[in-house]
Amino acid sequence: MNKLLKSKGFQNASASILSIIFGFVFGFIVLLISNPANAVGGFLTILSGGFTGGMKGLGQTLYLATPIIMTGLSVGFAFKTGLFNIGASGQFIIGAFTAVFIAVKATFIPTEILWLVALTGAFVAGGLWALVPGFLKAYRNVNEVIASIMMNYIGMYLVNFMVVKTVFDAARNQSMTPTRAIIPKVGLDTLFNGSNVNLGIIIAILVAIIAYIVLEKTTFGYELKACGYNRSASQYAGMNSKRNILLSMVIAGAFAGLGGGLLYLAGSGKHIQVVDILAAEGFNGIPVALLGLSNPIGIIFAAIFVAYINVGGFYMQLYKFVPEVISIMVAAIIYLSAFSLFFREQISAFFKKRTEGK
Amino acid sequence: MEYVIEMLNITKEFPGIIANDDITLQVRKGEIHALLGENGAGKSTLMSVLFGLYKAEKGTIKVNGQVAKIHNPNDAKKYGIGMVHQHFKLVHNFTVLENVVLGVETVENGFLKLKDAREKVEKISKQYNLFIDPDALISDISVGMEQRVEILKMLYRENEILIFDEPTAVLTPQEIDELMKIMKNLASEGKSIIFITHKLNEIKQVADRVTVLRKGKYIATVDVATTSKEEMSEMMVGRKVLFEVEKGEQKPGEVILEVKNLVVKSKHSHKNAVNNVSFKVRRGEILCIAGIEGNGQTDLVYALTGLTPIESGSLLFKGSDITHSTIRQRSVSGISHIPEDRHKHGLVLDYNLAENLVLQSYFQKDYQNNGFLKFEAIYKHATDLIQQFDIRSGEGANSKTRSMSGGNQQKAIVAREIDKNPDLLIAVQPTRGLDVGAIEYIHKKLVEQRDAGKAVLLVSLEMIEVMNVSDRILVMYEGELVGQADPRVVSQQELGLYMSGSKREVIE
Repeated sequence: MNKLLKSKGFQNASASILSIIFGFVFGFIVLLISNPANAVGGFLTILSGGFTGGMKGLGQTLYLATPIIMTGLSVGFAFKTGLFNIGASGQFIIGAFTAVFIAVKATFIPTEILWLVALTGAFVAGGLWALVPGFLKAYRNVNEVIASIMMNYIGMYLVNFMVVKTVFDAARNQSMTPTRAIIPKVGLDTLFNGSNVNLGIIIAILVAIIAYIVLEKTTFGYELKACGYNRSASQYAGMNSKRNILLSMVIAGAFAGLGGGLLYLAGSGKHIQVVDILAAEGFNGIPVALLGLSNPIGIIFAAIFVAYINVGGFYMQLYKFVPEVISIMVAAIIYLSAFSLFFREQISAFFKKRTEGK
Repeated sequence: MEYVIEMLNITKEFPGIIANDDITLQVRKGEIHALLGENGAGKSTLMSVLFGLYKAEKGTIKVNGQVAKIHNPNDAKKYGIGMVHQHFKLVHNFTVLENVVLGVETVENGFLKLKDAREKVEKISKQYNLFIDPDALISDISVGMEQRVEILKMLYRENEILIFDEPTAVLTPQEIDELMKIMKNLASEGKSIIFITHKLNEIKQVADRVTVLRKGKYIATVDVATTSKEEMSEMMVGRKVLFEVEKGEQKPGEVILEVKNLVVKSKHSHKNAVNNVSFKVRRGEILCIAGIEGNGQTDLVYALTGLTPIESGSLLFKGSDITHSTIRQRSVSGISHIPEDRHKHGLVLDYNLAENLVLQSYFQKDYQNNGFLKFEAIYKHATDLIQQFDIRSGEGANSKTRSMSGGNQQKAIVAREIDKNPDLLIAVQPTRGLDVGAIEYIHKKLVEQRDAGKAVLLVSLEMIEVMNVSDRILVMYEGELVGQADPRVVSQQELGLYMSGSKREVIE
């Protein structure tokens, strides 16, 4: 038992849980201030989150978790290899557009495999979009944060332009519906009746597991992490640090791009809107990665948690909370949750003291 | 006898290790008290406890006979305890004067008042023969001068107890002599000095008494005048230490590495960092490149190992041309490299010991299968090397290398590089910052490699190392080889002339 308490995994997990509790307390205070009468009811709703709507709510949680697992992986994978990929938003929307474009335009591909081809396209496109900041970082030592922020805006405007040029539904000012390339439901829609969940969640979880294996079990991951921790030492050891930095960034971008594909081919009525707003899923990847401590397996749970809170927030409208307050509340919980690193230090210090006291 | 500082029965633990185990240190007023111990013996921990950076689990500290509660460095300062750290803490674009007053400035109506401070600084500088120009920028003065500024800072704050943490590690021989004079001067003016070091010569030179620590335990406090260097080192290491490196006759064999007219561009200036250098290294010999720091040795090694591109010239290794080979190709073909900077190049500090021990071989068949790491083999390999090379750490193969002591980090690198069974071992400053025991160990390993028929290229700045270990010496000055010598016949003075550029000869 004591061994379990002192194990690193336990300390990491308990830190994440502790920070989540702090987030909830803070969120409750926000509710008390905005609408004291309904605060308790609203709070209970958000606590029960994804369970509120029964199986439908749970299904929605998994559906919403899918894209942010991917963007969380994107940020977390780059993190592990010493890079800060803040460009997940741009890679995400480029991936989304590529998937929709293939789904609508590639009529020569049979319907059975079209969705798979479109997702592959999204994966590749996201990777290519990250190639630019990756290249600049590896060969010209340009800060990847700056470069990928720029790529976010370029990506957003390029997609707006391309949607209008190619797959435009003028009546609704959005992209056309990719009816021929919807990701299969594989029975999940009957299990979680009324929700939009589909095979995408399983793909996302599989990708996370693969990412974990690559990082922790392979020579490739060993090299990527060595580069991230100490570029000079990896050079000394004969690794090609430039290539590794480039590849880290491209893989991170591909994850985000696939996330875009998974969301817009879900058949949930989601379309690319022609508006000047950066895709929020990309930025939500950052707290997800932080909350999951950049561990791909942790990221799966972190993303499901964030989705769970969001679904709870949706049902809070029943208590006459305006969407803005709900957004603040959800943001506060997620924001504080990302403090888990801080709590982890506190917890390990606490256990250290306790063992020393004995 | 009156003690100015007493640390009684101090115990400080870290996870997996007792850094200080019931240690007592008593310092008299006006003495220079040396604190001697190997790396990881607990010297720095003990001083950090005195300085308030760590809190001891057990034990009391007394200052001037009164129990003192020191919880942070500010408390320490209140008791007049000052410390010159190994790495100076100065603001480089401030003047000496501004650095000295930093934190204790006199302010009048919101304006700095430096006039009084200047007078005080000048007075102290004169009193202790520090020869400091208060208006010089820190970035313009030498390392030795920076250290004096640190000393002046302590004196300006009227500290009575001065801690010097390995102060000579960064100094040239002349600067060390000067520092020794300054320390004696300070002691004769009534200051008490704690002098942390592992260099026995320096203790002999200045210290009155010495307290010896070994593996976190108190060994003894003795008078320096009546104790020989051999006795001190035996107390420190726990066994007899050989100051002379034991080695038999060399039997040089075939040429392993041939460097022809090598030129390497400097990153900082238009001059070549390495200019037209040619030499050969044979099997069964230790060839030493001697010289003062910054004369192109680093660039030469980078060029040999592939870290830096070569401008012109060629490298022949075992008869084949490796001038344009990659780092990996050179490493695999039989060149091992113990790098100068173990933190920058030698180790991935966030990886554990086992992962670091395969840094040069993780891609070999033994440690991976179709791209998947064989952790069992990697940890077995680590356990073997830990035992074979006596690498000590808190958690064995699982220890983060960041948490290991410098000596053991170096042992890990030496273990990894020798275990590769190279034909050529390039060792750059392999004993920098290590204690006598570890130095002896590493020298022994280098000689073992030589005797096993390997070629060893040693780059060193330490005169004693150059004289003791090598079979043949080449001296490098401003990027060129300016002299060669046989260590059995050459004098240190003569080598010094080559190293300072006062004498040169054409080689081969």
